[in-house]
Amino acid sequence: MSTVTPTPAPTPAPTREPAAGPAAPRARRTPRPARVALHVFLAATALVWLFPVAWAVLNSFRDYAFTAENGYVSFGGFTLDNYVQAWERGGFGQSFANSLVITVPAVLLVLFLASCTAFVLARFNYWFNLTLLGVFLAANLLPPQALLVPVFRAYRMIPLPEFLSDSGTMLGSYWGLILVNVAFQLGFCTFVLSNYMKTLPREIYESGMLDGASVWRQYWQLTLPLCRPALAALAVLQTTWIYNEFFWATVLLQSGDKFPVTSSLNNLRGQFFVDYNLLSAGSVIVAFPVLVVFFVLQKQFVSGLTLGSTKG
Amino acid sequence: MTVTQDKPAERRAARRPPRRRGHRLTGRDRAVVTAMVAVPALFVVLLVWFPAIASVLLSFASWSGFGGIEDIEWIGLENYENLTTNYPPFWPAIRHNLLWLAFLFLVPTPLGLLLAVLLDKEIRGTRFYQTALYLPVVLSLALVGFIWQLVYSRDQGLLNAVLGLEGEARIDWYGDPEINLWAVLVATAWRHTGYVMLLYLAGLKGVDRSLREAASVDGANQAQTFFRVVFPVMRPINVIVLVIVVIESLRAFDLVWVVNRGTNGLEIMAALLTQNVVGEASRIGFGSAMAVIMLLISSVFITVYLRVMFKEEKR
Repeated sequence: MSTVTPTPAPTPAPTREPAAGPAAPRARRTPRPARVALHVFLAATALVWLFPVAWAVLNSFRDYAFTAENGYVSFGGFTLDNYVQAWERGGFGQSFANSLVITVPAVLLVLFLASCTAFVLARFNYWFNLTLLGVFLAANLLPPQALLVPVFRAYRMIPLPEFLSDSGTMLGSYWGLILVNVAFQLGFCTFVLSNYMKTLPREIYESGMLDGASVWRQYWQLTLPLCRPALAALAVLQTTWIYNEFFWATVLLQSGDKFPVTSSLNNLRGQFFVDYNLLSAGSVIVAFPVLVVFFVLQKQFVSGLTLGSTKG
Repeated sequence: MTVTQDKPAERRAARRPPRRRGHRLTGRDRAVVTAMVAVPALFVVLLVWFPAIASVLLSFASWSGFGGIEDIEWIGLENYENLTTNYPPFWPAIRHNLLWLAFLFLVPTPLGLLLAVLLDKEIRGTRFYQTALYLPVVLSLALVGFIWQLVYSRDQGLLNAVLGLEGEARIDWYGDPEINLWAVLVATAWRHTGYVMLLYLAGLKGVDRSLREAASVDGANQAQTFFRVVFPVMRPINVIVLVIVVIESLRAFDLVWVVNRGTNGLEIMAALLTQNVVGEASRIGFGSAMAVIMLLISSVFITVYLRVMFKEEKR
């Protein structure tokens, strides 16, 4: 889901909490029973929300024979064996490599292209600026399935040399998939970056102009280094999204050994069907990279989601 | 291309030096600027807009897809006629998509808003609550389908065990065509709630504090302040959330595809379309006609979305 939101959101993660001590004057407005009820409700909801993931993690460490004997609502039978098995049977070594081959070039390419267009949109006032942004942003929201017929047919007809694609066509090649992902994410990234660039002080260009800096140098040496926070947040967000992308990878890559992690879930279901502890371990393995992102780079992730909105 | 770098109406006009400095770019700079716009635009046009137009054209044609483009035969509205009268899963799919929309709109969206309002207050542990609630947002919907399998499975699932169902009474939550749509919707809602909450949390932070204070000085209670002051002020966010809900229910695909490829009670538009293009029986006409229906619906809401975005831009 990549959607830009029009909100001024300076601080995404709440850091206000420590300021509100028990003696804060605000307590006057919320009487004690109401506050307790609020916490009970929030805690219950949070636990319900965490439960499915926690359940998967818990069962991924349990022996199948034990849970088959005692049922899942029991305790004991802990083992690491499911992970070893899931990794081997699910062919995760291969699919993680595939995810890497798809995600890294796609993220780099989308950030580069989006920052190029964003720079022009932020720096100059052309008559087509608004139209261009509209065309990019709208593309971001179109249902990808509605474009499937032409893309699928065209990819099947476009030949690629052997060293780029072993299938001999765009269909079944990583390049085809990377290009589609880039095209779909460009709108969001361009919008976010151009808004960010508009907040940079104009003066940096004024002095750059005196030096006779070319447009390319203004972009590459002046603007991009200043956009590092925005680029970092977008990189985190895009990596997550492209790693999570399911539809295009499933229909365009065709053969199972080329699938990235998320699409390979489709094949895994049959593999793991009989053993739910194995299924749990597989789910945890698939979730692992995004959970790392979530816990380590949470700030970037959340600020990325609301970044498009901050206007200087 | 003539460049005018100063426009009096520009937002930051005040920050810039008062003198007008409209100037022209050199030939090389112009080429660079053109490339910086044209290359990314080419991606979007070739891979998104061109296919969109081609989908519309193909929906009026009969084409096996194996021959060249010259084998295309124009047949008018026949594809649409076949789709609506001769293709049994079509109407169930429409019904399921509408149900999907209604459900997302009525359950997880208000819940996400409620949670955002509660968490926007200065309370202890808000960080923990927020983290828990938007954890599912980082997971792909395909994986969400997988994780819920552990809850829904007939033989080993948690739900049947908790409900104490045994033997014949056990329910196959993903498999029973009467129930599986609801099971899938609950799993979707699990992820959607956190996303809506995140959007509204950002929106609420943007609401001017003094508005609330003014309302409470005027004697409004919390509910009145929210419904009469805060909620109307968040109008742009409300519209965006509405658009997201519509688009998300229109392009719902991953979860259903992982469960059973959109059959047996889980027929939805995006999955039917994909079956018709990728599957053995390749029916391009059907697929394109469905694509056009999806494009039409989405274009209405995309227009709404763009209008809100650009109005905000100008502000």
